[in-house]
Formats: sequence, structure tokens, C-alpha cells
Amino acid sequence: MHKTAVKKVVMEGVLDANDSLAKANREDFDRAGNFVVNMMSSPGAGKTALLEKTLEHLRGDPRLGVLEGDVQTTLDADRLARFHVPIIQVNTDSGFGGECHLDANMVRSGISELPLSDIDVLVIENVGNLVCPAEFKVGEDARVMVYSITEGEEKPLKYPLMFRSADLVIVNKIDLLEHLDFDLEQFLGNLDDVNPGVPRILASARAGEGIEEWCGWLRKKSGSTEPAT
Amino acid sequence: MHELSIAEAIVAVAGRQADGRRVTKVHVKVGHLRQVVPSALSFSFGLVAEGTPVEAADLDLEEVPATGWCRRCEAESRLENFPLLCKTCGGSKLEILTGEELMVEYLEMEEETADA
Repeated sequence: MHKTAVKKVVMEGVLDANDSLAKANREDFDRAGNFVVNMMSSPGAGKTALLEKTLEHLRGDPRLGVLEGDVQTTLDADRLARFHVPIIQVNTDSGFGGECHLDANMVRSGISELPLSDIDVLVIENVGNLVCPAEFKVGEDARVMVYSITEGEEKPLKYPLMFRSADLVIVNKIDLLEHLDFDLEQFLGNLDDVNPGVPRILASARAGEGIEEWCGWLRKKSGSTEPAT
Repeated sequence: MHELSIAEAIVAVAGRQADGRRVTKVHVKVGHLRQVVPSALSFSFGLVAEGTPVEAADLDLEEVPATGWCRRCEAESRLENFPLLCKTCGGSKLEILTGEELMVEYLEMEEETADA
């Protein structure tokens, strides 16, 4: 026996395995008629607070379900439990020191425990992180970024991968604008530099600003109508 | 630590494609727009390759510059920074031609063959 060097042409996308699982998720979502949002942000931008306000406002029209991704703990799912909507928490800490994002496979294991046919809109709350989640499709229809103005104006330029992939940017904590040196115009200019014209909603999950507009966006996207009054 | 996740995915692809053979080189194309830091990716690759058929392999990274085609003036530009603008007319309606690659292009491996 002797050893020979061989070359093998592979031409395989590094994330192909993830992307085919994302496609399988997407097929399940489409079959169940779900509109699926992949919600991304840095830690503490207010995703869970926004979801609380969203659930208060929507009151079941459309019917929301939530998949919570976190490295550890069920704190976020516990916060949303009072709304009695389908929630599943996926912890990512089985990976190498805890994965910093949800991938299609983790979402796949989570949705097997969710009653998809009882859900109109599924919000996948990704792990708080401005980089990794952007690489991994999970089968979503839309990517929504929650950005808080306490993070500064320059982040779209520093983290263009995620900002470029967003279909909607919710600019949160806008009630703090008068207390900060944050330059909103400059931030929106930076946002347009990386993702020209991306829809944006100025919001405050605390004070309620923009919640109506965000819920309107969700209703429109999911094909649901306003409740009759 | 986005590079760590990507390194794990590269090791998985290479390990599966190697089909039991020992891998000596993994050639990966990385587009400029993927925001991958080559040194961080190489470091992560070393960590996650340990104990796999890929552990002795060199990670050979080929960086692909970002280029775009302008829908307004139909010129091609090399894109260095945001905002991504046409270098000929300054327009922002660009189709990205290259720069989003993240692909294992080929492997080099050692194969044991019987002496003739």
C-alpha cells in the first residue's frame, strides 16, 4: 500500500445543509398557512418587550405563535406565558459553549412541538446577536430587525450583513430620543447606505409608539383583516 | 464568533465529502460581503477540526472581491465599501455579481492504494 494525493472538486455551499433544512421548515410553514418572521437584534434591544406589546395589541387576530431562542434559561418564554399563546423555547447551549444563533435544525426541532395549524403568524425570536443569526436561514418569510437607539448610529455600517438582510427595521426605544445624543437622521442615513429604502418603523415597546403600525404590517403580511368593531 | 459557526459547517462538509480519507487541504471561497475575518476563521477551523478527518488539513481561503452590475448604466464596478454604489454613474440599484460566496470548492486528500 502507498499513499497518493487526490483532489476532489466539491463545489458545495458551506451552508447548504442548513439551507435545505430551512426549505423543509418553509414547506411545513406554507402547508400550515403560517407567515413566519425571523426576529433579530442585539441582546437587550427589546425583542421580548415588543412581543409582549404585540400580543396585547393583536388579541388573537392574527393568531400569534412564538419560538424563543436563547443560549440558556426560559426567562423570555416565562414572560410571554401569561398570553396563553403557543410558545416553545429552544435553548442553544448544547453546541460548542452555546450557539450564538438559531439554525434551521434547531427551529425544526422546536416547531415539531408547536401546533402550526392553530397559528397565523409565527415569530421566531432569534438569539440576541448582530452577526451570526444573519448567516442562518431558518425558513422565514421575512426578517425583522429590532434596533434600539441606545446602540448608536454607526451599527449598520459595522454589521452590514444583518442590516442588509432585513425586510423591516423596528427602531425601538424611540421614547428615549430626547435623553440621548443619538442622531436619528444619521442612523437612518447609515441604514439606507447598507439597505436602501428598507421599511422602518419608529417604535417604543415601553410607551406603545409604533405598535399599531407594526401590528398593521403583521396583519397585512399574514393576510389577516382588522377585527370588526 | 460568526466564524466559529462557519468553521463548523466547513468541517462538516469536508468530513462528509472526504468519505473516510485523510484531508490535507480544504479550499474555500469567501466573498467580501460575508464579513468573514480570515484569521478568526482559520483559528476556529483549527479548533473544530480536532479529532475529525479534517484535523491535519490546511484551510486555504480564497477571498472573492465584491462586484456589482448597475441597472441604470449597465457598468460593472468593484465594490469596496458601503454604500454599494456604481463607480460609473453613482447609482445604487446594483445587482451583486460576486462577493456573497461561501463555498467549499475542492479538497485535497490522501488515498491509500495497493502497490502495483
